[in-house]
Amino acid sequence: MARAPRRDRRRPEAQRTEVHRSDPWRGSTGAPVGRKLSWFEQHQRTAVESLLRLLSDPLGTVLAWLVMGIALALPLSLSLLLANLQGLAQNVDEAGTLSLYLEAGLEPMRQQALVDTLSQREDVREVRLITPEEALAEFERSSGFNDVLAGLDSNPLPPVIVVTPQSLEEEVLVGLQSYVAALDGVDVAESDLAWLERLRTVVSLASRLAVLLGFMLSLGVLLVIGNTIRLAIESRRTEIVVVKLVGGTDAYVARPFLYSGLWYGAGGGLVALFLSALFLFVMSGPYSRLIGSYGGDAELHGLGLTNGFLVLVGAAVLGWLGAKLSVVRHLRAIEPR
Amino acid sequence: MIRFDDVSKRYPGGQEALSHVSFNLAAGELAFLTGHSGAGKSTLLKLIMQMELPSSGQIFVNGQNLRKLSRRQLPYYRRGIGLVFQDHRLLFDRSVFDNVALPLTIAGYDPRDAARRVRAALDKVGLLHKEHQNPASLSTGEQQRVGIARAVVNKPAVILADEPTGNLDPKLSAEIMHLFEQFCGVGTAVLIASHDLSLIRKLHHRILVLDQGRLVHGMDGDR
Ligand SMILES: Nc1ncnc2c1ncn2[C@@H]1O[C@H](COP(=O)(O)OP(=O)(O)O)[C@@H](O)[C@H]1O
Ligand SMILES: [Mg+2]
Repeated sequence: MARAPRRDRRRPEAQRTEVHRSDPWRGSTGAPVGRKLSWFEQHQRTAVESLLRLLSDPLGTVLAWLVMGIALALPLSLSLLLANLQGLAQNVDEAGTLSLYLEAGLEPMRQQALVDTLSQREDVREVRLITPEEALAEFERSSGFNDVLAGLDSNPLPPVIVVTPQSLEEEVLVGLQSYVAALDGVDVAESDLAWLERLRTVVSLASRLAVLLGFMLSLGVLLVIGNTIRLAIESRRTEIVVVKLVGGTDAYVARPFLYSGLWYGAGGGLVALFLSALFLFVMSGPYSRLIGSYGGDAELHGLGLTNGFLVLVGAAVLGWLGAKLSVVRHLRAIEPR
Repeated sequence: MIRFDDVSKRYPGGQEALSHVSFNLAAGELAFLTGHSGAGKSTLLKLIMQMELPSSGQIFVNGQNLRKLSRRQLPYYRRGIGLVFQDHRLLFDRSVFDNVALPLTIAGYDPRDAARRVRAALDKVGLLHKEHQNPASLSTGEQQRVGIARAVVNKPAVILADEPTGNLDPKLSAEIMHLFEQFCGVGTAVLIASHDLSLIRKLHHRILVLDQGRLVHGMDGDR
């Protein structure tokens, strides 16, 4: 049969009047109905419809959001806490110091030479020499034992150089430490930053745990959404068959389910953000007390706007992926018979 | 419009549901497809819809060789065919209007433009006043008419119906058949599977008779 001639697209009015005539079926078959929606408009409609469909089952949807939110909040809160601790380990303001105990008989000239060498280093902020005499005086003053030397043959205290590093970044610190330990004339180099080292080890260990946890729970969320979408597909089987028979493409049939996945994910992400904010709020008191006692920045920092947004987008993508998995597995199998 | 060229269909593990069927249905023609239960009527329609593939032979619809149809093209091909089911297959989660609009929505038409066509189709089947109702609240006859409106809303080149009056009493059945007669006008071919011989004999259209998968009456030239 002759396909209806394409009507003038610039004048949709012409088509509309035709439809208005008393018997529209006098027109030829396949006559265009009117304007088609753009790709963007179609997606927008489906997105809104999918969201409304989710909201039409508020209990089930909120429950799904909670499940996903809790699963995502766990690694999120943990990594937030770790990020704070990590930042802390970077920016301890209470200047940590390295104490270099020099060999007991080192001549003052060589002591001074060491001080000069150290002062010239980029990674050193301050160098202070404590001679045995000064050390003894300080000891006497702080301990209250006067005239300690009276009972001794000579001053038993070694000269000490106290080095304040420029920064407490791990690399700087480690580099400086190994440098001073190898210096000629240095007996023992001792750091009062051992706690920082320990904190860093714990944080890096826990970071791995957080990553692992995040990975596993994300996988869980993926599967939960996949299963939710599978059930949705199953419950809309009749509709899918009809849609395929009246000419719905695979992409068209899949689209509402993919958007459902996206909304499930985004909602879960929102719940996760809320829960981790709650977590921060609950933790901030004890955290301040603990960290404040070390002289660190006692405030617990949140995700920030950008990262929060990224979490939301990530969760939405996760939901979309979960739905995609389900769609690929189950939707193609539904064929009209 | 619809041409079968020595078409056979054997279901996996079954006997032949259709065997060496050839016929040609012109544009603007209405034909009934009849035969005993299990004769292969539904199978023939499913082959046209590409819900099943023929075991041998060729089918042409609207000049298109169905063998050459890819999976990607299939939905667009199906948009040119209006299908009416015995069990109407309406969706009860939406209004009568939305059911009829479905083919246009799927094709991506602007809802405002589609609405005119939907109303025209509903008007044609006499149900314009029920557009806002849920199809579940309609009578069986009305549901079937909504199904017909959905099938024709796209102005398809081909309308197929599988036992459209199977669940209806004789009076309603006749009404439905008369409705179909109105759509086989300009350029549209209509093929209706029905075992209601007493009804279709009265209607003076071509009758294709299947017997155990073979076309025994209604071949081109038969009368
Ligand atoms: N999906 C199927 N698998 C196997 N055999 C089938 C299938 N569908 C139909 N048949 C068989 O094909 C024959 C024709 O069936 P059908 O086309 O449904 O006949 P009708 O619609 O005329 O009653 C019957 O013998 C039926 O059992
Ligand atoms: Mg049948």
